[in-house]
Amino acid sequence: MISLGIDIGSLTAKAVLLEENNILEKHLIPVGYNSKKAGDKLFDELLQKAGIRQEDIGKIISTGYGRNSIDFADRAVTEIICHGKGIYFQMPHIRTIIDIGGQDSKVIVLDKNGNVANFVMNDKCAAGTGRFLDVMARAMETEIHEFGLLALQSKNPSKISSVCTVFAESEIISLVAKGENREDITSGIHLSIARRIASMVKRLGMIPPVAMSGGVALNVGLVDALENILETKIETTPF
Amino acid sequence: MAERLKATRKMKSIMKWYYIEAKYARYIGKKVAWITSGGPVEPLIAMNIIPVYPENHGAMIGASKMGGRMSEFAEGLGYSSDVCSYTKNDITSSITKESPIKGGLPEPDMLICSNNICGTVLKWYEIQARRFNVPLFIYDTPFVHTEFTDEARGYVNEQTKEYIKFLEKHTGKKFNYKKMQKVGKLSLEAMRLWKNVLETAEHKPSPMTAFDAFFHLALIVTLRGKKVVVKYYRELLKELEERNRNNIGAVDNEKYRLLWDNLPIWFRMRWLSEKFASHQAALVADTYTQAWCGVIDYIDENDFLGSMGEAYTRIHLNVGVDQMADAIKRFIKQYDVDGLVMHSNRSCKPYSFGQYDIQNLLQDEDIPVLMIEADMTDERKFSESQAEARIDAFMEVIKQRRK
Repeated sequence: MISLGIDIGSLTAKAVLLEENNILEKHLIPVGYNSKKAGDKLFDELLQKAGIRQEDIGKIISTGYGRNSIDFADRAVTEIICHGKGIYFQMPHIRTIIDIGGQDSKVIVLDKNGNVANFVMNDKCAAGTGRFLDVMARAMETEIHEFGLLALQSKNPSKISSVCTVFAESEIISLVAKGENREDITSGIHLSIARRIASMVKRLGMIPPVAMSGGVALNVGLVDALENILETKIETTPF
Repeated sequence: MAERLKATRKMKSIMKWYYIEAKYARYIGKKVAWITSGGPVEPLIAMNIIPVYPENHGAMIGASKMGGRMSEFAEGLGYSSDVCSYTKNDITSSITKESPIKGGLPEPDMLICSNNICGTVLKWYEIQARRFNVPLFIYDTPFVHTEFTDEARGYVNEQTKEYIKFLEKHTGKKFNYKKMQKVGKLSLEAMRLWKNVLETAEHKPSPMTAFDAFFHLALIVTLRGKKVVVKYYRELLKELEERNRNNIGAVDNEKYRLLWDNLPIWFRMRWLSEKFASHQAALVADTYTQAWCGVIDYIDENDFLGSMGEAYTRIHLNVGVDQMADAIKRFIKQYDVDGLVMHSNRSCKPYSFGQYDIQNLLQDEDIPVLMIEADMTDERKFSESQAEARIDAFMEVIKQRRK
């Protein structure tokens, strides 16, 4: 059976087609202002990419902020359960999951059978979310995929004291004006968000092994910062 | 969902006439005292003074979805956005007369403030004492970190005497100790009945939810010590017991039972109640409405005046985090709940401040905890989609654990 998972997040919409246990195709587009439209477009483009028809799909699950706007889904499930299932599918030994999304960051602890035992999510503030990294990368005039690499070049990370996304941005501008170098400021930014995530992990009680899911797992600078603060190895998904 | 409780209509009528009487107090020769929600109201009842609660008014403002706008007005006057929204609503309403009650609250002849619920009320009541140019009595309750000491008892009992003198001075009448005896007994009886009402929710399915309790709470807060309260809760109790005999649950096919901590989110009551009901979850108990029957054991039926100092000092918000956590542990067992929902209330610092500590103290209970960030009346502090994502995920976890 072919099944489809579709995630309408606050910034990006993602979809993945599975045939039994193999990934058949995946696709990602920005959400824009209309999550229902984004879902339809994502679905059409994915079908085209995979060369299949809607009738070929046996089951569709939607998740993310726009999960209830996907009217062609069989069931809507929250991201917490999906991250748990996804990680357990790919790395069944993992017990703690960190995900940094556009609007929400979450830490999830799984039991031995891959069920979600407990979770925490960030408070209402945008600091400590993917949006924070986006804003900061723009302030540093860096492409998001190079942002983490840049942080790794630093030998002397700058101190970012503000926990607020808006104030941190102006703090960074003043650091630039003071002549601190880009690598150090970028590293400081990564440490700042990593500390915030680490306190969530500690609040929930970390059980190793730990993995990071979601797009921010591709940011090597952040994975490195989190590994240092939590003093544990953090695995990332192979896909 | 089950039909609305029949008592609801009666309650609305009692509250309506209570506010009408307060509004025309001057014409019937009665005085009006504004009082904090945790304040010692019984001596007022004994003196025939009408108590009016700006906090109850604040809840009505919240439920009428006027809270954000009214907080904004107060912020324009210079009050910080971090100040309690009940305070800001009250300050705004006393200037603009904006209110779900026509013309706002009846103006006070005196103010009675007890800091057993928070420190903000001190400044709030001082501001209003200046505005209305009326006398203010402060009933200062020392914080009970671990135990209630003899020194603390002496200190509050002394204030009870001063309180009586204050009332005699500002009404020009002698205090009626005989009536006080009666009022004290009625107050205690109302608290016991309120406790019985809340305990009907031990039954599965629960005949009421915390959302009902938030509503039916109004009388025990405002008019305890009056006969009408006792009569009303007797009726409500009868109706709930009848539901239990017939196994009528407040939530259709109740499957999960939850405990709520902190004040309600007044402007999202229906949304929240429907949201939880859609997951077959009933909020069967809460720490907030329990606060009005949590100190029964400290009251001496035959000496209300002499024992009320201790009772008013030991209420839920005036004790250490360990005791708050113990209360929650007790409710978890008593009501057999599957999860705890904590409202982190931007307005109410004493209620919200210890919540992470309480979570840590609950670790042995092995119970999932959800934190919702909001405010009791300020809808600007609430994000529906964020709350929804958290509630849905929390319920999925609870369902998964049950499997």
